[in-house]
Amino acid sequence: MSTTEKVPARQAPPEGSIKAKKRPGDLAFSGSSLGAGIIILIVLAATAVFLVVQSIPAIAGDPDANPILGGENFWSYALPFLFGTLWSALLALAIASPIAIGIALFISHYAPRRLAAVLGYIIDLLAAVPSVVFGLWGALFFSGFLQPFFATLTETIGTWPVLNLLFSGPVSATGRTILTAALVLSVMILPIMTAICREVFLQTPKLHEEAALALGATRWEMIRMAVLPFARGGMVSGAMLGLGRALGETMAVTMVLSGSPIVAFQLLQSGNPQSIAANIALHFPEAFDTGVNTLIATGLILFIVTFAVNAVARWIVNRRAEFSGAN
Amino acid sequence: MTAPTTETVVVPPSRISTGRLPKGSPWAILIGAMLVSFAIFAVLNAGSPLAELNVAGALFVGMVIYVVFIYVLSLIAESRRHATDRLMTALISTAFVIACLPLVSVLWTVVSNGLARMDPTFFSWSMRNVIGEGGGAVHAIWGTLIVTGLAAIISVPIGLMTSIYLVEYGNGNRLSKGITFFVDVMTGIPSIVAGLFIYSVFTIFFGPGIRMGVMGALALSVLMIPVVVRGSEEMLRIVPNELREASFALGVPKWLTIVKVVLPTSIAGITTSIMLAIARVIGETAPLLLTVGVTANLQLNAFETDNGQMMTLPVFVYNEFMYPSASSPDASLERAWAAALTLLLIVMLLNLVGRGISKFFAPKTSGR
Repeated sequence: MSTTEKVPARQAPPEGSIKAKKRPGDLAFSGSSLGAGIIILIVLAATAVFLVVQSIPAIAGDPDANPILGGENFWSYALPFLFGTLWSALLALAIASPIAIGIALFISHYAPRRLAAVLGYIIDLLAAVPSVVFGLWGALFFSGFLQPFFATLTETIGTWPVLNLLFSGPVSATGRTILTAALVLSVMILPIMTAICREVFLQTPKLHEEAALALGATRWEMIRMAVLPFARGGMVSGAMLGLGRALGETMAVTMVLSGSPIVAFQLLQSGNPQSIAANIALHFPEAFDTGVNTLIATGLILFIVTFAVNAVARWIVNRRAEFSGAN
Repeated sequence: MTAPTTETVVVPPSRISTGRLPKGSPWAILIGAMLVSFAIFAVLNAGSPLAELNVAGALFVGMVIYVVFIYVLSLIAESRRHATDRLMTALISTAFVIACLPLVSVLWTVVSNGLARMDPTFFSWSMRNVIGEGGGAVHAIWGTLIVTGLAAIISVPIGLMTSIYLVEYGNGNRLSKGITFFVDVMTGIPSIVAGLFIYSVFTIFFGPGIRMGVMGALALSVLMIPVVVRGSEEMLRIVPNELREASFALGVPKWLTIVKVVLPTSIAGITTSIMLAIARVIGETAPLLLTVGVTANLQLNAFETDNGQMMTLPVFVYNEFMYPSASSPDASLERAWAAALTLLLIVMLLNLVGRGISKFFAPKTSGR
C-alpha cells in the first residue's frame, strides 16, 4: 500500500533573513543527489540518441547489402512486426481490462477489509513471477490446455459470419497461437492495471459513496454512480500502462509463438504475426553487420511507441494523484 | 433509565429483511451450483479415470449456473436492481478467482516439473561438454548473482540519491517534477530496449558483437533505477517532518540530518523497495540475452572483453527451451523447468524477506 503524504511546503524565509551556512558536507551531498537525478535524465536521453544513431545505417543504407533486409525496404520489413506488436498487445488489453477492473473493485469495495491487503499481495505475487517462467508455462502447459477449446471455437463460432474473421480454422494443432500469447500477456499486465485501478477506486470520496448508499442505491449502483465516474481517468491510464507493458514484453510472445512477418487477424491458426520484441530476441544473437542496425531500428520504433503510450498514461495519472506502479 | 413499559410491543409484520434473500443464500446457491456441475461432469467422465475429470470445465459451468440462478432468483424474490447488484457481485468475485487461477497453475506446473532435476548435479555442474542428459546450471546461478549484484551496486546509490534529491532538495521545483515524470515513464521502457541501448553504447567502444557481464548489469540498472527511486521516495516522504525540524533546531546540518535522522527512520522501507526492485530485474531475460549472451561455461569475470559471455538463469531457461539438445530434448526441458523453479524460489524469497523487513523493522509512527 502506498500512502503518499505531501511534505508540507516549508515557509520561505523572509527577505534579508540569515541564510544557513553552506557547509562542504551539505554542498557535496546536495550536489551528488542532484547529479544522480540528472544521470537519470541523461540515461533516458542517451537511450534515444544511441538508438537513433545506430538505426540510421539500416533506414538510410542500401537494403541490398543488408543481411536481414536482403533487398527489402526497411519500412516494409518493420511494418508486419509493428502490426504483430500492436495486435497482440491490444488483444491482451481487451482481455485484461475488465478482469483488472473487477479485481480492483473486489479488493477495494467487496472483500472484507482485513482480507483486502492479503488479496492485494496475492495479485502482486503475479507481478513477481519472471516473464521467462510465464513463457515456459504458456508454451509447455497453457497452450496444450487451451488447444481443445480452440478446436471447439473454430468449429462453432468460427463458422459464423463476422466472427469467422477472427476465429476461423484450420485450428493450430499445438495451441501455440496469438490468442494464447495474448492470454499470457494479459496475465502479466494484470498486476499493474489492478494496482492503479485499486488506487484510484480507494480515492473515491467517502461522502459520495455514502450519499449514494443513503439514497437507497445498491452496492453496484453506488459503484456505477460514484466510484466509476470518479475513477475514469485512472482506469484509462491503468489500461495504457498495461498496454505499454504488453507492447514491450518479449519472452511470452517469443516462447509461445512461432510467428512470421505476416499481417493476419485470425486468432487460432498456426500462422501468426510476430512482435518486434520477439523478432529482436530471436534474431539478435546471430545478427551481424547492418543486420544489427536493422534490429535496433525496429527497437527504436518500439521505444517510441511505448514511450508515447507511457507518457500519455503518466500525464493522465499525474493530473490526479501521485502514484506510480513502480512498487 | 425509564421504567420498562408494560404494554407488549406488537411485532411488525415486515422486517428489514423482508423482500431480500436470506443472508447465506448466495453461498448455498454457489455450493449447490458447483455440486450440480461436478455431478454432470462426473457422469460424463464415468468411463475414464478420475484424473481426467475436467475440473476447469466443471468450475466454469458451475459458475455459469450460479450466475444465472442467483440472477433469476433475485429477480423473482427481490427486484431488478437487486438482481443486477447480485449479478455484478458474482462477476466481480469471479474476476478475482480468474486472476488467481494462472498464479496457482504457474506455481503448480513449475514446482511439479522442476522438482525432477533439483538434485546436487544441477547445482554443481555447468553445461560445459554436456550434450544429452545431466549437466547443471551452476554457471547460470553464478552469472545471475554476479550480474544482478552489479546492477544493484550501480542502481542503489543512484536511485537512493535521486529520491533524496526529490524529497529533501527538490521541493517540487521544475527539475524534480521532470525527474519524477521521466522516472515514471522509464518504468515502462521495454526491457529489450534497455538491452539494445547498452549494446549500442558498448559496440562503439569495443566493436560489434561485444558481450560482457557488466553490460547486462548496466542494462538491468536502466530498468532498476526507476523502481528504486519511486520505492525509496515514497518511504522518505512518510518520515514525519517533525523529526527533521527537531534536528535542524539542534543545529544539525541538513546533510547530517538526512544521514542520521531521515535515512535510519526509513531504512526498513528502503530495504524493502530495493529488494523488490532486485526481485523484479533478476527475472529479466531479453536484455541479458542481448548484452550478456549465452555460454555453456562458468564465467565469473563480468569485465572480460574477450569471450565475455556469461550465462544467467532466465537466459538458461530460455535457451534450454528454445534450442533443446538434439539427442535428448526432454533432458533440456527438465533443466529448463528446474532452472525456472530455482529462479522462482529466489524471486519469492526476495519478495517475502523484503516485505518481512518492512513489516518487522518499521519504525513506530503512531502517536501522530
